[in-house]
Amino acid sequence: MRHTISILCDDTPGVMTRVSGLFSRRGFNIESLSVGHTELPGKSRFTIVTTGDDAVLEQVRKQLQKLVHVIKVWDIKQTEAVEREHALLKIEVVDKRRAELLQIVTAVQARIVDSSASIWILEVTGDTGSVDNAFNLFKDYHILESIRTGKIALERGPSRVMKK
Amino acid sequence: MGKAKMSGAKALIRTLESQGVEVIFGYPGGATLPIYDELAKSSIRHVLTRHEQGAAHMADGYSRATGKTGVCMVTSGPGATNLVTGLANAYMDSSPLVAITGQVPRPMIGNDAFQEVDITGITIPITKHNYLLQKASEIPHSIEEAFYLASTGRKGPVLLDIPRDVQLEIFSPHQAKYPALEGYRPTLAGHPGQIKRAGSLLKSAQKPLIIAGGGVSLASARDLLVRLAEKADIPVVYTLMGKASFPNSHPLCFGLMGYHGRIEANHAISNADVILAVGTRFGDRSTGPLNTFATQAKIIHTDIDPAEISKNVPSYIPIVGDAGQVLEQLVELVPEKKHDQWTLELRETADRHPLKGKSSGVTIPNILRILKSLVQDPIIVTDVGRHQIFTAHYFPVDSSHSFVTSGGLGTMGFGVPAAIGAKVGRPGRPVIDIAGDGSFMMTCQEVAAAVAEDIPIVVLVMNDYCLGMIKQLQDAFYGRRYEACKFGRNVDFARLAESMGAAGFKVIREDEIAPAIEKSLAAGRTAVVDCVLDDPGNVYPMVTGSSLLEYVE
Repeated sequence: MRHTISILCDDTPGVMTRVSGLFSRRGFNIESLSVGHTELPGKSRFTIVTTGDDAVLEQVRKQLQKLVHVIKVWDIKQTEAVEREHALLKIEVVDKRRAELLQIVTAVQARIVDSSASIWILEVTGDTGSVDNAFNLFKDYHILESIRTGKIALERGPSRVMKK
Repeated sequence: MGKAKMSGAKALIRTLESQGVEVIFGYPGGATLPIYDELAKSSIRHVLTRHEQGAAHMADGYSRATGKTGVCMVTSGPGATNLVTGLANAYMDSSPLVAITGQVPRPMIGNDAFQEVDITGITIPITKHNYLLQKASEIPHSIEEAFYLASTGRKGPVLLDIPRDVQLEIFSPHQAKYPALEGYRPTLAGHPGQIKRAGSLLKSAQKPLIIAGGGVSLASARDLLVRLAEKADIPVVYTLMGKASFPNSHPLCFGLMGYHGRIEANHAISNADVILAVGTRFGDRSTGPLNTFATQAKIIHTDIDPAEISKNVPSYIPIVGDAGQVLEQLVELVPEKKHDQWTLELRETADRHPLKGKSSGVTIPNILRILKSLVQDPIIVTDVGRHQIFTAHYFPVDSSHSFVTSGGLGTMGFGVPAAIGAKVGRPGRPVIDIAGDGSFMMTCQEVAAAVAEDIPIVVLVMNDYCLGMIKQLQDAFYGRRYEACKFGRNVDFARLAESMGAAGFKVIREDEIAPAIEKSLAAGRTAVVDCVLDDPGNVYPMVTGSSLLEYVE
């Protein structure tokens, strides 16, 4: 079972090591991880995608909650949240396929964020499925480099994790 | 703390004083000298160890014997890495410790400087929390926070790494407000609804059982547990860490459970219909194979650490909370009741399966029997191995904080330094370390520290010229192929002790046991008794099958 976990924590040196180290030493899997600042000063928020059954997820949550810098840990339900990943692809463009590549760019709502004579850098944003889909469609072209972020997720509705 | 400017080192010592610290177990080095220079002006006692591992175990032993937070202090690099075993040991057994390490000056951090090591990185998995201090002004509140974290919730070791230039930095202490620990809110009181459910389940039970874990002692809740057990007439078994959590001679006490548990204790677990487990994490040595553990029972599990609930054993009624508060809530709720048939069943099981250790000769059971008759209310410390389990079975402990052993990590070498720490904390009580010849050799240099610091402990070395528990396992599971478990020529422990200024005795015949113990207790200084066992004997019962009911006794 795949789960998306959100962690609100103090933005302090070493917190990344504490969180990721806990996953590895307790044998929990990290599929993707992203972390950044939030609207709350001095706080960071992780979104971690992990796999495991309900008991594993419960242990992950409880063990994370024991870290002194961790304020809140919760499971995000896919149906109740907006999820996004971000990817950049550097593709070699040959003239005879330029038009068809452009069609795909339009179809997957990618953006050309940098272009030179024969190189495009494309930006793709979407939920995991649509980013996967874009990668699938681009794989027939010459991808020189590509990179994707971990997923970030925000629950719909008026809920907020913490007031300022 | 006044408005006057002071150094980080001075602020550190002042804060330790204000935390009520009486003693620091430590070993100095270049990166802690500014602190030592201030410590010299303080009333805090310093016990100079012979190895940094000893400092951690002493602080740990001090904590276990007193319930207070133990403090150890070592230098950077190798001093800090030598603490690692001691911190892991304290972490596994939830022992409150504050460890202070020196660090190279800030500008040198990350440059592979002399005696530099990333001790905060190394100790993340084995501390409750740790700090690398960046400014002298962080010292006062960080120390206070460290003591608070170590001694509340699920207790444990906290480490502060303080660079040398931070110790020297001059600053003006001020009563600033620091952000509260937003993410740290231990639950103390049991949820009233869960308590109610637990109360009615216990009320309806025909064969109830209490498992007493180390958390009962850590919460100083032993007396409440006795009240609950007596009021509702519930038999009690204990884990190794919970040995001092219930009076061992109490008629409701049915002994050690688990892998090396008493038959009646494991029978009780396997036949109980309701189990109240207090302050135990259901470690594998206590449960044996999980799929056959307590299959008849609905389990009420109370622990201060939510992560322990349903980690190993699923609980029917989980109660997160401090053992003291939860037991207080439960005592009110449970009705007075008798379970005569059930306790009779257990008593009869116990009668059918007496311990079979030899009560004559120079054997561990016999030495423990004689020791018991010669000493009043001692604190018993053990090392790790066959002698440890023998002690758990053959030396009843009836007062709290009186059994000090390395349970979770199983650290050989814990005994001598832990006994020293215990004696510093409880100078009025006899402190006796039951050691093995293997364990003793791992930290025996601390005997020199005990002599120099005038800390009179008694060490009984159960000398079987081999690694007893290893040999026992090779007996049982490796076709008696004894590989690397025999020492051959052993050390003369009595003369070794004498060379360090301690009293040394050697026991070869049975009639020498009592005089040697008596002389050791009266020596007025640390004494080591080399008990050359004439029949080492394996320690039984031992679970050998796929459930607690398949054993050798």
